[in-house]
Amino acid sequence: MLSELRTMWEVLKHTFTKAETVEYPEQMPYLAPRYRGRIVLTRDPDGEERCVACNLCAAACPVDCIALQKDTREDGTWYPEFFRINFSRCIMCGMCEEACPTYAIQLTPDFEMCEYDRQNMVYEKEHLLINGVGKYPDYNFYRVSGMQTASKDKGEALNEERPIDTRSLLP
Amino acid sequence: MPTIYIDGQAIEVKQGENVLEACLNAGMDLPYFCWHPSMGSIGSCRQCALVQYQNEEDTQGRIIMGCMTPVSEGARFSLKAENATEFREAVVESLMLNHPHDCPVCAEGGECHLQDMTVMVGHRDRRYTGKKNTHRNQYLGPLIHHEMNRCIACYRCERYYKDYAGGKDLGAQASHDHVYFGRHEEGILESEFSGNLVEVCPTGVFTDKPFLKQYSRKWDLQSAPSICHGCAVGCNIAPGERYGKVKRVHNRYHDEVNGYFICDRGRFGSGYLNSKLRLDYSGIKKSDGSFLAVHQKQALETAASWISGKKVAGIGSPRASLEANYLLREMVGKNNFSAGSSDLEATLVGSILSILQTTTAVNPSIKKMETADAVLILGEDVTNTAPRVALALRQAVRNKAFELAEQMGLPLWQDAAVRNLAQDNLSPLIIVSAMDTRLDDISSNSISLAPHEIATFGRAVAGALNGEKTDDPDVISTAEILKNAKNPLIISGSSMGSQDVINSAVEVAEAISKPETMLSFCVSECNSMGSALLAQDGGVSLADIIKRAPKLDALIVLENDLYRRGKRSEIDQLLDSGIKIISLDVYENRTLDGSHLVLPAASYAESQGTLVSSEGRAQRFYPVHSPSHERLQSWEWLLELAKLTGNKKLSKLENLDDVVSTCAKDNLALKKIVDVAPKNSYRSSGSKVPRQTHRFSGRTAIHSDVSVHEPQQPKDHDSPLSYSMEGLNRDQPASLTPFVWSPGWNSNQSLQKFQSEVDGPLKGGSSGVRLIASSSKGSKVFSESEEFELKAHQWHLVPAHQIFGSDELSAHTEEMAELAGRGFIAIGQKVAEKLGVKQGDGLLVQHGDVRCSLEVKVLSRVAKNCVGYSVGYEETQELTPGCLVSLQVDKDWRRTSPEVIASDKTALGHIASDGGGAYG
Amino acid sequence: MAELLPVILALTILVSGVAGAAILTWFERRLLGVWQDRYGPNRLGPLGIGQVLADMIKLLFKDDWIPPFSDRVVFIFAPTAIVVAMMMGFAVVPFAPQMMIIDVNIGLLFFLGMTSLAVYSVLLGGLASNNKYALLGGLRSAAQMVSYEVFMGLSLMGVVMITGSFSLVDIVEAQADIWFCFTQILGLFVFVIAGIAESHRLPFDLPEAEHELTAGFHTEYGGMKFAMFMLGEYLGLMLISCMIVTLFFGGWHSPISLGDGLPPFFWFSFKTFVVICFFVLLRAAIPRPRYDQLMSLGWKVMLPITLVNILITGAVLLWMEGAV
Repeated sequence: MLSELRTMWEVLKHTFTKAETVEYPEQMPYLAPRYRGRIVLTRDPDGEERCVACNLCAAACPVDCIALQKDTREDGTWYPEFFRINFSRCIMCGMCEEACPTYAIQLTPDFEMCEYDRQNMVYEKEHLLINGVGKYPDYNFYRVSGMQTASKDKGEALNEERPIDTRSLLP
Repeated sequence: MPTIYIDGQAIEVKQGENVLEACLNAGMDLPYFCWHPSMGSIGSCRQCALVQYQNEEDTQGRIIMGCMTPVSEGARFSLKAENATEFREAVVESLMLNHPHDCPVCAEGGECHLQDMTVMVGHRDRRYTGKKNTHRNQYLGPLIHHEMNRCIACYRCERYYKDYAGGKDLGAQASHDHVYFGRHEEGILESEFSGNLVEVCPTGVFTDKPFLKQYSRKWDLQSAPSICHGCAVGCNIAPGERYGKVKRVHNRYHDEVNGYFICDRGRFGSGYLNSKLRLDYSGIKKSDGSFLAVHQKQALETAASWISGKKVAGIGSPRASLEANYLLREMVGKNNFSAGSSDLEATLVGSILSILQTTTAVNPSIKKMETADAVLILGEDVTNTAPRVALALRQAVRNKAFELAEQMGLPLWQDAAVRNLAQDNLSPLIIVSAMDTRLDDISSNSISLAPHEIATFGRAVAGALNGEKTDDPDVISTAEILKNAKNPLIISGSSMGSQDVINSAVEVAEAISKPETMLSFCVSECNSMGSALLAQDGGVSLADIIKRAPKLDALIVLENDLYRRGKRSEIDQLLDSGIKIISLDVYENRTLDGSHLVLPAASYAESQGTLVSSEGRAQRFYPVHSPSHERLQSWEWLLELAKLTGNKKLSKLENLDDVVSTCAKDNLALKKIVDVAPKNSYRSSGSKVPRQTHRFSGRTAIHSDVSVHEPQQPKDHDSPLSYSMEGLNRDQPASLTPFVWSPGWNSNQSLQKFQSEVDGPLKGGSSGVRLIASSSKGSKVFSESEEFELKAHQWHLVPAHQIFGSDELSAHTEEMAELAGRGFIAIGQKVAEKLGVKQGDGLLVQHGDVRCSLEVKVLSRVAKNCVGYSVGYEETQELTPGCLVSLQVDKDWRRTSPEVIASDKTALGHIASDGGGAYG
Repeated sequence: MAELLPVILALTILVSGVAGAAILTWFERRLLGVWQDRYGPNRLGPLGIGQVLADMIKLLFKDDWIPPFSDRVVFIFAPTAIVVAMMMGFAVVPFAPQMMIIDVNIGLLFFLGMTSLAVYSVLLGGLASNNKYALLGGLRSAAQMVSYEVFMGLSLMGVVMITGSFSLVDIVEAQADIWFCFTQILGLFVFVIAGIAESHRLPFDLPEAEHELTAGFHTEYGGMKFAMFMLGEYLGLMLISCMIVTLFFGGWHSPISLGDGLPPFFWFSFKTFVVICFFVLLRAAIPRPRYDQLMSLGWKVMLPITLVNILITGAVLLWMEGAV
C-alpha cells in the first residue's frame, strides 16, 4: 500500500519535469552511425560490389526477408545476380550485418522509408547498392581470401606464399 | 559382442569393427576426416584421436587413432580426456594453417565437413602468423570444379577416385606440405563416377561445377527423396531445388542399391529440367503447324472431346511412372495399349522378366553383387548401360584381397594394409563383349566377340559346366573359374539387342547349379522393368498400333519420343495417318511436333510415381517442387482426362494412393507396390516430413518481386511430404528421407546419424519392394545361333551405349551434351588402317537406303567384322543393332578440334593452366 | 418554467456529459503525458484539442461492422446499455442547491442501481461477441463488478447512518460542518477503490486487459459501438467522481468559508475535476493487479474494512446518542 502511494507521489512529481519527446519531424533526432535503419549494400575501396552472395545474411535473417542468387563473374568471383530485401518484413535487427563476412551489407541511420504501396517496400539490388564503402573504408574481401581474381593471382592474398610448384623436388 | 568402455560408459560393439565405428554407432560425436565407411581406414588425418587406457588403474593412457584401433573385450577409451580433446583441436588447427579465407565463396560452405569438425573440436583462433601455402587449380572438365587451396590432404579423393572407382587420372603429387591432388595435366576427368568426389571431399576442393553456376546453399535447397531416371538401376537420389530450378542432385543413401555413390549421369544429368526445351503450357496445333497455347482446362476439354466414345489407342513409356502407364492402359483398354518400348526392346525385357521370375539363380541387389568372387559379363558394357553396377563390380573384384586379408587375420577396414597385401590380386572378371568396355582394366580376361558369337560362347561355357568337352581355352578357363567360385555372378542385358545373348547367360547361370549363383540383367530405361511387368498382363506391340492407326480416331502418347522407338518412316506414317494425336511430355521433341495436342507433363522432379528397377525393385520418387507453369503430373493429366470422359472405374480415384492400390489390385505381379512407400496419410510425429531444412531462408522475399503479399506454400495432397520447413526429418521410413542433417553435422557425413549402424541400412529400414520373386523352376530358354553371311566390306553394327549421350533426357543437359560429343562409329585398329582413317575422321555408314556420316573412334579391341555405333545420338537414330553396314571414307568430313568451353576458360585461363610452373 | 427546469438541466447534462467524456479522452491523454514526461496529443488545434474532433470523426465514419458470428441484437444492445445506465445515474447528482434533475429520497440507491446495470453491458457485450477474448473479459467483469458492488454499497452505509437519509441532497447538507471524508475515511477508501473497479478503469481494467485479452469484452467492437463503450466508461468515471464529491467531499460546499463568494456549482465541479485528476494519476502510476489479487483484495481486505467501518460508525453513533 505504501509502495503504491509512493509510486503515485513519484509520478506526481513528474508534473514539473520537462517532456523528453523529440518533436520529429520538425526536430530531427540524432542517430548514431551504427543506428540500425535502412539496409544498404556497399562497395569495396576499388568500387566493386562487396557482396559475394554467400547467403549468410539470408540464413541469419530471423524473418527470412532476404533472398538472393549467386552468380559468377568472368574471373570466377562471386556476386549476387539478384539481391532482394522485403523491407515490409524487415525488423531492422542487424543480424544480416553481423553475419556478413565481407562488410557488404550494412544498416544505416535512415529509417524514413514509408510507402503507401507495400510493394514499394521490396528493394532490389539496384535500390540497395550504394557507391561507397559505408562504415568500413578499407576492407576488400578478395584481397584477404585465397581465391584467384582478375586483379589478384594465386598467392597474392594476405599472408600467402607464391603457388607451389608440384614438380619441384626442393623441400 | 565385446564390450568396450568409453569414458566409463559400457558399449556393446561388433566384433572386428574399429573404435571410430564403435563411437559413431554409439551416437558419439568423434571427429574424423579420412575415414569413410565404404573405403575403410588409413589413419592419415589423425583426427579421430582418443585416449586408450591399459586397465582401470591407468589414468595416463596413450593417444590412439580411433579408426586404426580394433575393438577388443574390455578395452577402455576416453573421448573427453583433456589430452585427446587438445590433440584433436591441435590437428584441426594445423589443418587450418593453409586453409584459405574463402568460406563465403566456397560451394562447400554450409555443408562442409571441415567446418563441422572445426566447430566440433572447438578450434577458433588462428595462432600461426606465417604465410599460407597456395596451389594452382586445374580445369577438370565441365562437371568438377577444383580449388586446391582448400585441401587438408586427407587423401579421400585419391582413395575414392583411384582405389574405389578405378580412375587413373587423379592422384597425389609432390610431398610433405606441398602435396597436391589433381591430374598430371589439366583435362576432363575420365572416370564416370568423378561426381562423387564432391561428396567424398570433406572440404571444398572438388565441388559440383554445374551447381556452382546456379549455386544455393544446402540449407536453402528444397529436397525430396527421388529415384534417378538416368538408367534402370534405380539409384536413390535427392535433388535440391530453389527458385523453381532443380539445382543439383545428391546421392541418397540406400544400403542395397547405390550406397554412398552414384554415377555422373545421375548426378549431373538433370540439367535438362531447366532447359528451354521444357514445355510450360498446353498447345493445340493450328493449321499452319504452329501451336496455340491454351489453358489446362481447355486442353483437357479438347482432349476429352477427341477421345470420348471414340476408338482410342495409347502408347505408354518406359520412362514414365508405373502409375501413369497403368492409367493410360485402363483408359484405352489392354488391347489398345502398347507399353512404348521398341518392339525389340519390349521382347528382350519381357523375356528378361520371365527369366527372372523362373530362374534358379539369385537375382542380386547391387550390394549383393559386391560379394561376387567371380563375374562373367556377357555382351554388356556395364559402365555405360548400368553405371552403378560397374562401380559395384569394381568392389567385387577386391574380394580376392579380402580373402587374403582374412587369411592373414587383417581387419578388412585396414585399407592400406589390405591393398598392400593383395597388390594386383583381383577376383576373376571375364568380359565377353564386341569391343572395349570401361571395365577392361580390371578384367582377368576380355574376349572380343560379335553378338551372336557371344551367345555361342555363353552356351559353350554352359556346356563345359555341364561336362561337355570343348577345346576353346577361354571357354575352359571361364567354366573353371565359375565352377570354383563361391558366389559367381553372371551379368547380361538388353543392350546388344540380342535375345540369344540373354538366353546364353541364363544357360550359364543355371549350369553352374549352385544356389548362390547370381544372375543379373541390365535393361535400358528407368521403368523398362515396370513396363514389362504391366505388359505381362496384356498389351499390344508398337508395330500393332502403327498398323491399326488408320482405323483409330485418336492416339495418346505418354512421355515418349516415338522416333527413338521405331523407324522414322513408320513413325512419320503413324503421326500423319489423320488421327488425332495427344502427347504428354516434359520437353519438346519431334513426336510432340507431330502431335495435334500437347500437354506439358511434370518432370520427375515435379511428380510422384513408382519405378521398377532392373532388379525388380519398385521404388517411389517424390516431387521436389510443385509443377511450375501449367504442368501437371502425367498421372494427373490422365486421371483428369478419364474423369472428363466419364470413365467409371477411374473417376472414383482421388489421389495417387488410390491409383496405386487399384493398380495393385488389377495386376497380380504388382500386388506389392502398395507397400513401396508409406501412404499419403502417414505422419511423422504428427506432421508431414518437411522438404525444406529448418534454416530455409528468404521465405518472405522469394516471391516478393512478383507480389509483396506472400502466397501460401504449395500443398502436396499426394504424399506425406510437405513443401515446408515445419516437421521433423527424423525417425521416418527410409523412403521419406529428403535430406540428411543432424545437429553439428551439416555435411553429408550426417548420414551416419540416419544409419542404424555404420554402413548399415537406414534407421527407417530399406526402401522399396522387390516385385520379382523367382519360382526357381528353372528358365526354359531355347536359343539357336543365327548364321550370318557377310559380304566383302560389310560389318555387323553393334550398339555402343554411352553413359553421356545415350540416355534420352539427360543428353539435353549442356554438360552431358558436351561430354557426349558427336555420334561416332567405333572401329578397330586394323579396320582403321585398312580404311585409312584416324580418330576424329569421318566415315559414311550405309545400310540399305540409310546413310549417315559419323566420327571415327578407334578402339583397342573390336570383335572381328564388327563396328560399334553410339546409341541414342541424333546422328545414329536410323541405325539398328545387328544390321549389316558398309563403310566409306567421308571426304567432306570436317574434323573438330576439341572445343574450348567458354564457361570454364576464364580470362585467367593462361594463368590457371600453367600448373604453377611459372614460379618453379 | 419551474417545471421545465429539470428538462433543460437533463438536456444540458446529456450534451455536456457526452462532450465532457470526449474532452476527457483528450485531457486524460495530455495529463498522462505530463506525468510520463511526454506531450500526448499536441498536433491538432491548440494544445491538441482538435484530437477530440478527429477521433470523433474517425469513429463516426468507421464501418459499422457487426461480426457475422455474433449475436446481433445483444451485440448492438450492449454498448447502448452502459451509456444509458451511466446517463441515468446523473439524474440524482446534486450539482448545486436546486441544481439537480430530481431529488428523490432514495437517490443513493438509485445511483447504486444504475452503476450495477453497467455490468450487464460489459457481460452481454462479451457474450454476444462470440469471441474467446471477449467472453473472458465479460466473465472477469461479471465477477469483478458483482464482488465490488457488495462493499461499494456497504461502504456508503456509514454515510447513510450519519445522515440518516438516502437522499443525496440531505447527505450534502449534512456535510456543511465537516465533510465525510474525515469521519468516514475508511468508507472513502473503500468507495474510491470500488468505484474504480466498478467503472473498470485502470488499474482495475481486467475486463479489457489488452496484454492478455487483446481488448477484452470489446475486442469485436469498432466504430460507433466501440465509441459508446468508451463514452460509457468516461461517463462512469465522471459519475463516480461526482458521487465521491457528493458523498465525501461536501458536494457544493466550499472547503473553507473563504470561497463563499464563488457559486456552489464551481466548487462542485472543481472538486470533481480534482478527483478525476486523481483517477488519471492512478492510471499513470499503478500497474494492473493479477486477477486473483484483485479478487482477494476485494473479499479479504475491502469487505472486512467496510464491515469494520459500519461497526465503528454504528458504535460511535450509539455512543454519541447515549452521551446526549
